[in-house]
Amino acid sequence: MRIGLFATCLGDTLFPEAVKSTAVLLARLGHEVVFPPGQTCCGQMHVNTGYQREPVPLVRNFADQFGDASIDAVVMPSGSCAGSVRHQHELVAERYGDAALRAGVATVRAKTYELSELLVDVLDVTDVGAYFPHRVTYHPTCHSLRMLRVGDKPLRLLRAVDSIDLVELPEADSCCGFGGTFAVKNAETSTAMLQDKMRNVTSTGAAVCTAGDSSCLMHIGGGLSRIKAGARTLHLAQILSSTRTSPYVLTEAAR
Amino acid sequence: MSATFLGMPATPPRSPYGTGNLRGDRKFPAAAHDELRNEQLRSNLGRATHTIRAKRLHVTGELPDWEELRDAGSAIKTDTMNRLPELLEELERNVTARGGTVHWARDGVEANEIVARLVRETGSDEVIKVKSMATQEIGLNEHLESLGITAHETDLAELIVQLAHDKPSHILVPAIHRNRDEIREIFLKEIPGVDPSLDNVPAHLAGAARAYLREKFMTTKVAVSGANFGIAETGTLSVVESEGNGRMCLTLPDTLITVMGIEKVLPRYQDLEVFLQLLPRSSTGERMNPYTSMWTGVTPGDGPQTFHLVLLDNGRTAALADRIGREALNCIRCSACLNVCPVYERAGGHAYGSTYPGPIGAVLTPQLAGMHAAKDDPNSSLPYASSLCGACFDACPVKIDIPSLLVELRHQHTEQSGTTAEKLAMKAAGAVMSRPKVYTAAQKASRLGRALARDGKLPALPPPLNGWSDSRDTPAPPKQSFRAWLASAEGAAAMREASAEHTRDQQQEDGK
Amino acid sequence: MTTARETVLGRIRDALALAPAEDTPVPRAYRTGRTFPDEERLALFTDRLVDYKAQVHPCTADRTAQVLAEVLRQQGATRIGVPQGLDPAWLTAYDGEVRQDSEDIPAPGLDVLDGVVTASAVSCAETGTIFLDGSPDQGRRALSLVPDLHVCVVDLSTVEVGVPEAVARLVPERPTTLISGPSATSDIELERVEGVHGPRTLAVVIRTDA
Repeated sequence: MRIGLFATCLGDTLFPEAVKSTAVLLARLGHEVVFPPGQTCCGQMHVNTGYQREPVPLVRNFADQFGDASIDAVVMPSGSCAGSVRHQHELVAERYGDAALRAGVATVRAKTYELSELLVDVLDVTDVGAYFPHRVTYHPTCHSLRMLRVGDKPLRLLRAVDSIDLVELPEADSCCGFGGTFAVKNAETSTAMLQDKMRNVTSTGAAVCTAGDSSCLMHIGGGLSRIKAGARTLHLAQILSSTRTSPYVLTEAAR
Repeated sequence: MSATFLGMPATPPRSPYGTGNLRGDRKFPAAAHDELRNEQLRSNLGRATHTIRAKRLHVTGELPDWEELRDAGSAIKTDTMNRLPELLEELERNVTARGGTVHWARDGVEANEIVARLVRETGSDEVIKVKSMATQEIGLNEHLESLGITAHETDLAELIVQLAHDKPSHILVPAIHRNRDEIREIFLKEIPGVDPSLDNVPAHLAGAARAYLREKFMTTKVAVSGANFGIAETGTLSVVESEGNGRMCLTLPDTLITVMGIEKVLPRYQDLEVFLQLLPRSSTGERMNPYTSMWTGVTPGDGPQTFHLVLLDNGRTAALADRIGREALNCIRCSACLNVCPVYERAGGHAYGSTYPGPIGAVLTPQLAGMHAAKDDPNSSLPYASSLCGACFDACPVKIDIPSLLVELRHQHTEQSGTTAEKLAMKAAGAVMSRPKVYTAAQKASRLGRALARDGKLPALPPPLNGWSDSRDTPAPPKQSFRAWLASAEGAAAMREASAEHTRDQQQEDGK
Repeated sequence: MTTARETVLGRIRDALALAPAEDTPVPRAYRTGRTFPDEERLALFTDRLVDYKAQVHPCTADRTAQVLAEVLRQQGATRIGVPQGLDPAWLTAYDGEVRQDSEDIPAPGLDVLDGVVTASAVSCAETGTIFLDGSPDQGRRALSLVPDLHVCVVDLSTVEVGVPEAVARLVPERPTTLISGPSATSDIELERVEGVHGPRTLAVVIRTDA
């Protein structure tokens, strides 16, 4: 399969390891990974902060970059960016775009997947041959859980990982408090939510808290780092791309 | 998100906004700042919301057709809004035909005047009240008090709030921010003649309220209520409750005055079969609440012989003019969205400054009362008081897409705010990120942040980002972006090796 | 001068014209028209009543008077009220004082009663709910509200499976009260506790062959 990889602006710029892992994992599974070089950002932050005119060029650029019929599927290591493409681009295009943009958005939307969806639903694989001999707990990010409805797909992928010690996160479906600009505009409420999330993460004794979104992980990881908790964060793709021959070495910085 | 054309965001002029308790005096972050420091409040809210979440999940999970009920409930409410004029006229006709009198109120001020006039006409200087969001919204008690009419709240939680000279903080349980010890203190201090040995056992506290209010129920001649539903087809009104204070108020006085928002009408009596399943399971997590009363006009020999229904607009038509935002009018006030909301759980109901707190309040309040109707309007902060986690949408029995409504209201806010620093920044970001070359250059520039970093972390960030860095470390940008890595020899080699691994695996498979 | 009525209705019509809506058909795919055998309805109804702290006394119709007398004796009720249309045969075994209700008795007059015995209109097994509709054997609403004990006779033939089936049997114009257990509140820390303003004891006599 020819898969278009959308790195996301956050992944490309701040968390490249998660994107590298995604690319390597898909290539290892025998797929052709293409990276349209003109890609930038999906515009989620704009829309979620109340701006719908400003991201029109971003939405158009995304549709242009990934619209090519030779790309069978578009994948991104982010539930919230996939949610943006699937649920918000249409809104922006309908309101402030033209007919061409609306058509482009509809085409791309139909073939866009978050990583776990692509693996389980499209590529029909749960055992990706990964090896990760550490205690891990999984935080289902809100947008993957309630916007994309990925359900237990990430957990099915994790359960198939060799030597993993997967432990359940208490109150897993509670928001970590990130919410994009929410963490800035309502920093104190966000912090209160983060504190409870960190308490639940540390209660599991896990070495790693994983999730499908670098943004939420940046939030949880930033908090864990501040309180010098033992646990660290790692993107789901990084666990799935760790193998016996080239294992992820946990002492490295977790991004 | 609906596939229909959404149109431009709705902007004024619309119908006039509502009056009353629909605006706080501070923006949400400032109000939450104080509430978050109240450890007792956070512990009370945390315990109560976790209790109710488990109960709700248990009783909604019991019904195999819960989703079908939600679909029906949602469609009935949407259909109701589409046909609101004819349904209200039908309701009026049927209430009148059964001996009731219908009044219309453009806003809270007018509704208060109508109720006060009706009370005075009875000669009474006191009323007993069933818990009602509509009368809380319009500030009826305060208005009556200013005219020398005493309003006795009879719902236990409303009574606690009234005795403590406090404000409600929850739609269903206005005293949710109080625990049993605090309630005991309030009763000991405020209830005349209460047994001084009263302990903190909830059943005993409820018993103290029973004893206190008994005499009021037996002697007060006028009651004021809200309504959960008003059936157009039959003229039947309904109040859903637990304690029996509703039955007392609806049955024992000579005169009953019901204040109902115009959006509470339902087309058919049959529709109750849906809402009597959705509402109790979503609100108190019960299969059915202990008591529901339904009455149609006046029944000779049974209950109040004078019945007035006040139909209240107070900003509802302003909300109705917004094709997207009007979905908030479908709310049946169950409070499930409050109980599952992580923001509400921490900040509490007072931080919203309105009669309607929580997720539904954050979309309803700005639509009823406006976001730009006061200087530096506190209501403009409400749509941002959410991480958009979506738990409210899943819990809503009539499937109101609250996260999408929040995003819509944020957009309306930015559209009406003129040029702001944030808008300019968003524009600039949009311009940079839509031009890949400029974007790549900006990415490279961000590497400069590495010079500021210590141990791979950035130092405290300047405003407006300081709230973030107060409690979170920010990683320094990595040496190389993903795209730079992919274009590098190292990246190319890694990708080649990954593909080669697949080929080797494949050959091994084939060789077996 | 424009009346408030004209103004509000005008605003609604303006709003709907400004943002026109499409017709919304109502899907009613939820469960309706269910019928369960007697034993199943009895078991479900009993389970739900007990869960909400109501007392349940199943019996055959010929034992109505004995069971009512026994329930009232257990509760220590020596003075009870009854609606005018209650079958007098039901209280032939009761040796306490029976006061027949009349609409000119003010509410405090009901407060002196130890309890009240009524019949019922319809019930819903799935939720443990009894519907009273003000028929002569149930009386006016105040009667079953003010006394602290409510003994309610339910014929199993009137117990429907779910809410839609029960609502379909109601007469909308009648003043209707839905009762699910004794009065209760969740207002203190969202925990349900029984016993506030309504009757603190609800005893349900289910006549399994009536």
